[in-house]
Amino acid sequence: MTLWIIQRLLQAILVALAMAAIVFIGLHLIGSPIETLLLPEATHEDRLRLIADLGLDRPLYQQFFLFLKGVVQGNLGTSYVYKEPAVDLILSRLPATLELAFAAVLLSLILGVPLGLAAGWKPESRFSRTIMIGSIFGFSLPIFWIAILLIMIFSVQLGWLPSSGRGAINTILGIPWSFITLDGLKHMLLPAVSLSLFNISMVTRLTEAGVREAMSSEYVRFAKAKGLAPWRILSVHILKNVMIPVVTVVGLDIGQTIAFSVVTETIFAWPGVGKIIIDSISALDRPVIVAYLMLVVIMFVIINLVVDVTYRLLDPRIRLQGE
Amino acid sequence: MTALLEIKGLKTEVVTSDGRVTLIDDVNLTLAAGEVMGLVGESGSGKSVTGLSIMGLVDNPAQVTGGQILFKGQDLRKLSERKIRSIRGNRVAMIFQDPMSTLNPVLRIDTQMMEAVHAHEAVSKQAARERARDALGMVGIPSPDERLSAYPHQFSGGMRQRVAIAIALLMSPDLIIADEPTTALDVTIQAQILSIVQKLAREKGTTLIWITHDLSVVAGLAEKLSVMYGGRIVEQGLTADLLRHPMHPYTNGLIASLPAHNKRGSRLKQINGTTPSVASMPSGCAFHPRCSSATQLCLSRPPLEPIDGRLLRCFHPVTAGAPL
Repeated sequence: MTLWIIQRLLQAILVALAMAAIVFIGLHLIGSPIETLLLPEATHEDRLRLIADLGLDRPLYQQFFLFLKGVVQGNLGTSYVYKEPAVDLILSRLPATLELAFAAVLLSLILGVPLGLAAGWKPESRFSRTIMIGSIFGFSLPIFWIAILLIMIFSVQLGWLPSSGRGAINTILGIPWSFITLDGLKHMLLPAVSLSLFNISMVTRLTEAGVREAMSSEYVRFAKAKGLAPWRILSVHILKNVMIPVVTVVGLDIGQTIAFSVVTETIFAWPGVGKIIIDSISALDRPVIVAYLMLVVIMFVIINLVVDVTYRLLDPRIRLQGE
Repeated sequence: MTALLEIKGLKTEVVTSDGRVTLIDDVNLTLAAGEVMGLVGESGSGKSVTGLSIMGLVDNPAQVTGGQILFKGQDLRKLSERKIRSIRGNRVAMIFQDPMSTLNPVLRIDTQMMEAVHAHEAVSKQAARERARDALGMVGIPSPDERLSAYPHQFSGGMRQRVAIAIALLMSPDLIIADEPTTALDVTIQAQILSIVQKLAREKGTTLIWITHDLSVVAGLAEKLSVMYGGRIVEQGLTADLLRHPMHPYTNGLIASLPAHNKRGSRLKQINGTTPSVASMPSGCAFHPRCSSATQLCLSRPPLEPIDGRLLRCFHPVTAGAPL
């Protein structure tokens, strides 16, 4: 187990390095950030000085190795635009994005799994068909459109919920969070719902398919033959089997959700990482982009580790092979 | 003596908007307490459907559409879902064919056994666990205490079938329906399972319906034999009588095709043709297209009539003994 985790981490480092190299080359091909950073009235001397300051006068491979040297010392570079260490910049915004993404994933599990169970249990009923048709909409409607619609209804027409910002925040362990205050929760509701609609639909459909498959299985028939109540069959026998694929997909999905939150954050003016990364890309602020992507890689590796561990808890057959 | 189980005119059909397909029709069975009956037939003859119909476990779109299932005098078809659930697994238990898939792969054996007890009786966890352990011991699982906390994949096929049998025995049911429980197992394991079930059924006086396609399995096990073909019972009587002198041409063919009955060096006997599918069941006697003594008469359906100490559904009974 320990060996396996170390292997995973080594793989992650390789991926992060390869990715950093690609970003370096890619941004180099797109162009230089100098034009956007210089003031209009800057002289030629100012320009040369800035290029030298940012280290952009060196060949690309030298820039890359300087960056690697920094990484070893725990320094991912300084933002060209904000003149702040890139990591600090991202970490200060990360909690907002994380809590939004986790709220969305939580919603998709809390709503998606029961809806899927209900739909799969009695697939012919009108309720189940409504759920399944609804999930197609959740699947196909674009997030930005849903987000705008939600704002129109709940903020503009009804005036129930705020449409932008994080609201009141409170700190735990020195990190600011919105979900611990009522006002913060109110602010989070609309963006979380619009971000989670796709996930709810996916989890619902996945659960439904799993339940329908399990319903025709021999072990369910045997459970019925034992005289078990339907509730017990559904909530123990079927649910535990169905959760295995759901956990996989939701795990992969946390990463997706964080990436998708760029759109949602822009619409709801949610001060998360998504906003910063969009700004950094348009300003070609390389240190921030690289630092962000490296964090994402690390996050994906951690999520996958958690998924694998959860697997072992859910499925005894996998547990046995490892140990 | 009143019968423990009496089935009259049982009919199970697949009902869809396109029409109905009959799976079993006019099935009659009577079993006294402690009796062992073999239910024999080819794949698709309706023997498994009969077992599931008794349990009320036929899956949509199939459903029981006619007849009575009298268990201790009460018609199971008329009971509420809750009532029938209190009988299922409690008074009537079932064992299925494939032990690899009947146990839930992600639940421990003790969970799967104790829940069966708790479904019918409010006993403490400790008591349920003890009963589960004793049941495992009864079916010959070594060190049952440790095995209780194992998962199904840690057992072999034969051991899993023992666990399934132990679960069926947990509530000491009056009737066990065994749906080909040895078909998926090695021959040596088959023999072990057979002797375990036979011994336990005899000790506890459990009534047994043993569904199989293998005549040699039931020959030594069952006192009574019902032979099914095309969703109907074609011959029913004492096992010894039927084996010695099969009167239905189909039963006759089944017995004649047992390898043990064929002379060394001669061609194995077989019944020509294949089992009809439920969608294209021949009219009249379902067996007539494959029967050598079929006549014009066989195009109308023969009734199940008592003859010579048994029930027979044939216009042209085999008169001479089977060509052994």
